[in-house]
Amino acid sequence: MRVVLAEDLFLLRDGLIRMLQAYDFEVVAAVDTGPDLLQALLTERPDVAVVDVRLPPTFTDEGLQAALEARRQIPGLPVLVLSQYVEQLYAKELLADGSGAIGYLLKDRVFDPDEFVATVHRVAAGGTALDPQVIAMLVSNTERTKPLERLTPREREVLELMAEGRSNGAIAERMVITERAVKKHTANIFLKLDLPPSEEDHRRVLAVLAFLQVAP
Amino acid sequence: MTSSITTGVVNNVQNTDTTGRSGRNPLRALGNAIRSCLRGPVLAALAVPQLLLLTAATVAASLLGLGVGALLVPPTIVAIRGLAGLRRRLAADWTGVEIRDPYQPLPDAEAGFKGAWKRCQAMLSDQATWRDLLWLLVDPMVGFTLAILPLTVVAYGVLGLVLPQFWQSIADNGGNTWYLWIHVTSSGAAGTAALFGVPVMLAGLAVAPAVMRAHTALAKSLLGPTARAEALAAERKVAHLTETRRDALTTQAAELRRIERDLHDGAQARLVAMGMNLGVAERLVERDPEAAKQLLAETRQASASALNELRDLVRGIHPPVLADRGLADAVRALCMDSPLNVTVSAELPGRPEAPVESALYFAVSEALTNAAKHSGASHVDVQLWYENGTLKAQITDDGTGGADPSRGTGLRGLERRLATFDGVLAVRSPLGGPTTLTMELPCELYSRRTSSS
Repeated sequence: MRVVLAEDLFLLRDGLIRMLQAYDFEVVAAVDTGPDLLQALLTERPDVAVVDVRLPPTFTDEGLQAALEARRQIPGLPVLVLSQYVEQLYAKELLADGSGAIGYLLKDRVFDPDEFVATVHRVAAGGTALDPQVIAMLVSNTERTKPLERLTPREREVLELMAEGRSNGAIAERMVITERAVKKHTANIFLKLDLPPSEEDHRRVLAVLAFLQVAP
Repeated sequence: MTSSITTGVVNNVQNTDTTGRSGRNPLRALGNAIRSCLRGPVLAALAVPQLLLLTAATVAASLLGLGVGALLVPPTIVAIRGLAGLRRRLAADWTGVEIRDPYQPLPDAEAGFKGAWKRCQAMLSDQATWRDLLWLLVDPMVGFTLAILPLTVVAYGVLGLVLPQFWQSIADNGGNTWYLWIHVTSSGAAGTAALFGVPVMLAGLAVAPAVMRAHTALAKSLLGPTARAEALAAERKVAHLTETRRDALTTQAAELRRIERDLHDGAQARLVAMGMNLGVAERLVERDPEAAKQLLAETRQASASALNELRDLVRGIHPPVLADRGLADAVRALCMDSPLNVTVSAELPGRPEAPVESALYFAVSEALTNAAKHSGASHVDVQLWYENGTLKAQITDDGTGGADPSRGTGLRGLERRLATFDGVLAVRSPLGGPTTLTMELPCELYSRRTSSS
């Protein structure tokens, strides 16, 4: 699988390259600035990009902007954004186009290589993976999660895990229920959130968007 | 002494401004002269309210002994200040001379007779009040004469021009038959007088701007602040700056202590523990690999916790979104994290300096926290905009109201935070709500990369 990597700190970039290579990824470009990232994404068209939010030259959200711009030109280009901080605002911006294939994780998540690499694969396959911390922020906001009140606590739990990007199998394992039970919950979630019938992956993205309160 | 200084200032302004320009352009000079002529009567007309107010002030003051005066004096003085303010504005608009308000700040309004008496005392002990009264006395005489002089001279010139037609009827009706030094008793003499008409008119026009300046100088000498009042104002400013600076330093020191404590008890302690764990794991790795593995897992957990704590700390010092996106988006992000339902509308054409931005951000943050904690509100509306060189934020919640800055330390802290940057906080919170906080920070905006939306 071909990866473009953007990280300005040498140690982290080096570590990430080694980790990805150890899991049989081909790092086709490793860049350290926003403009270089955009260039690499457009010319290499990788299977997935792993991008640090804060990049030179401005050291603001350069990486995020480059990723968003690349996705405007190549819709659905899988991007996993890493950051020292997670912001709901940025999660919304990344997911706003509704085409999925977005990951948004705290940098700490690379501490668990297996889990991290699984997430990269999920994003590459078109899934959505939000950091548990983003989800925790969303859930703590009781006023704004009102539309989700129609969901049962069980269904909310499934939706949260879905937002983290977990497959039905993984969700079943986490919640210690059968995969069929998970399927039933997801079907109920789609129904209660008024999501139009379409391909399963897309509906999962839409459900997460509804969770984030973004108009798809 | 004072008046000579102020007059000097008036002249300087004139030399660089009006006279300089008119010297280059005769047409503009003529326009300026005509305007000055016509403005004279307006200034002269001020004599009517001036004399009325002078009378009112005399009556009110004479009733002070009866007590009622205390109720009558303040509104009279307020009216006088209004008229003086009008004259100051005219000076700025017509001659480009700035006359600053000389008044001492008044005590906060208090209800009842006691409050009125206090205000009355404060006003009467202000030197500027007496100088205003002097202006009411002097201006209707000296100012009035100056004001009507140019137009009168011009009118006299016009009279000269029309004498050949009208001298006969004037003389027949027993009117004044003298024009300048000419005794107009024949057509010949009237013709000679007519020759002087145009020069007299021109003389009137020529002196008009200078007379206008003199009038302004008179106003400034009486309505402007004296050197003593200026010194007092400067002293007050220094006192205010000293106080806000001390507050800023105290707040800053407290912040630093908090950061130091957080680091010491949090991330630093965790790093020590991690180092120890790693040391133990190193020794255990061969003897008891299972235990070593357990320790390593714990250490990884500790590093994640340390990172979490550092993150929270940084958010409290300078939030990353604020650095990345500026105030509007940072406040939007803040509102998304709030437990309340918050709507944000922001209209900022640029970004202020980082310290100002940060101050307003934390002020809004504190206001939101207050709303969530105390108000019982479910909806909050945040507005950010920039107007007249001032950055403004208004936070309105639909809670129970009754917030009082004199009781809560939260609002006081907010006020101090803003005061460091000469900002102000206004609280409107009637019992039963809604509560509206308005914050204003004077600053300039720069067009760095601005908000994305």
